[in-house]
Amino acid sequence: MTRKLKALLQAQIALMLEYRAEVFLWALATALPLILMGVWTQAAEGGTFALSSQEMARYFLCVFVVRQLSVVWVIWEFEQDVVQGRLSFKLLRPIDPYWEHLMAHLAERITRFPFAVMLVALFVLIYPPARFAPEWGDLLLGIFTALAAFMLRFLMQYTFALLSFWIERAAAVEEGWFILYLFLSGLIAPLDVFPEVVRQIAFLTPFPYLVYFPASILAGIPVDLVQGFVVLGAWGVVFLVLNRWLWRRGLKQFSGMGA
Amino acid sequence: MRHLRVLRQFWGSAIAAELEYRGNFFLATLSAIGLLVGSVFSLSLLYQGGYRPGGWRLEEALLVLGAFTALQGLAGTLFQPNLNRIVQQVQQGTLDFVLLKPVDSQFWLSTRMLSPWGLPDLLFGLGVWLYAGFRLGFGPLEHLAGLAFLGVAGFILYALWFILGTTSIWFVKVGNTTEVLRSLLEAGRYPIQAFPALYRLFFSFVVPVAFLTTVPAEAALGRASLNTLLVALGLMLVLFAFSRFFWRLALRSYTSASS
Repeated sequence: MTRKLKALLQAQIALMLEYRAEVFLWALATALPLILMGVWTQAAEGGTFALSSQEMARYFLCVFVVRQLSVVWVIWEFEQDVVQGRLSFKLLRPIDPYWEHLMAHLAERITRFPFAVMLVALFVLIYPPARFAPEWGDLLLGIFTALAAFMLRFLMQYTFALLSFWIERAAAVEEGWFILYLFLSGLIAPLDVFPEVVRQIAFLTPFPYLVYFPASILAGIPVDLVQGFVVLGAWGVVFLVLNRWLWRRGLKQFSGMGA
Repeated sequence: MRHLRVLRQFWGSAIAAELEYRGNFFLATLSAIGLLVGSVFSLSLLYQGGYRPGGWRLEEALLVLGAFTALQGLAGTLFQPNLNRIVQQVQQGTLDFVLLKPVDSQFWLSTRMLSPWGLPDLLFGLGVWLYAGFRLGFGPLEHLAGLAFLGVAGFILYALWFILGTTSIWFVKVGNTTEVLRSLLEAGRYPIQAFPALYRLFFSFVVPVAFLTTVPAEAALGRASLNTLLVALGLMLVLFAFSRFFWRLALRSYTSASS
């Protein structure tokens, strides 16, 4: 198994290196947290908010990093695989296609990493308020949590992707889901500044654990670790079960194109 | 006059083609509603404890958000589908056929496609604008001033998109560059005064986001100085002229796909 995964990863890295320029632009295209950092640091200076201006700057810089680590696009690939019948060939291989997609994402992450580091360095050079040194413990735990968040997001999107066995545009489901992600994950603002009711509801959904949770840990903003990992894990189990069930049902349904 | 007739043909056929997929329109409307609710929510988060970003009242900031949403809709309806086509035509060499037509090639390439899926955004954006104007007690004169500069903003945005699209003659794959532009334009959700000084400089002079959403709102509120308005008009003319010059320049190095 490890040998197969290693081979897949190497192939995917070679592929990604061909698209260096694109990967760089993708990294650049996620500038939203850096834009919002401007609005929110300014706000925290002028008004009374749950976080200080400096914490806001750190938070959004960490959101940027977490976003770089958790980009997922598997549904668009999978949908095309099913619609065009390419999935038939992938099923002939002695390994679940899940792994190939996962390795592709991992490879992209590895290719993107130097660009992301460069962008962060450049940004803090131009904009000194965002400079800070994270604690070693926070850094390690934060990166671990960011990877867990990536795995959950990947699993969720892969689960929706399996719907392409039944519907033609499964990506539409993901697009709707993405709107919730956009506003509840902490991407637009740390959940600390949300109204109490909205925050309590949001904490039960998987979204805050995809961005807010890892970013807060990285930034050294206190969060409830136990609750966080419990909810994150629970959603992981729910989607894993759902995913395997849909996969088995879907394979029976799938007849390939022209088959 | 001739151009108007051509335009009617273009859009008639484009809409007829897109209406084959009516289900998508429903989805587009749903997601536009979701995005709008989320946008208003994230804007309202800034208004805690009496804070006013950049001294803008909520209704005033809603004008900016309305302008942003409407422009996003315009880009989705007109700019994006056409730009995607330029890229496609350069790749496949079908640009030759467009160049042979007895219609100005820039006009053809900028208006050929029309995708109604951006219309919900356009309508909701204008709706938010009108609602905010109503709350602020706008008369016809204020609306006229505001919408006139929203029109100016539309042309500025068009020029930016077309200039980017033109680069596809040299680079072929520019899809990702437009993603970078789109992510920078997100700054237009907030009045420019809500940003720190460094951001204000960047979003006025490097990427002219301030002229897209803040200036139309200021024009309607009667707050914009004559200078600002003149700069906005000048910027439109310069960018528009440059887009034409740049297109001509690019065509000189166009060698078709096969030669």
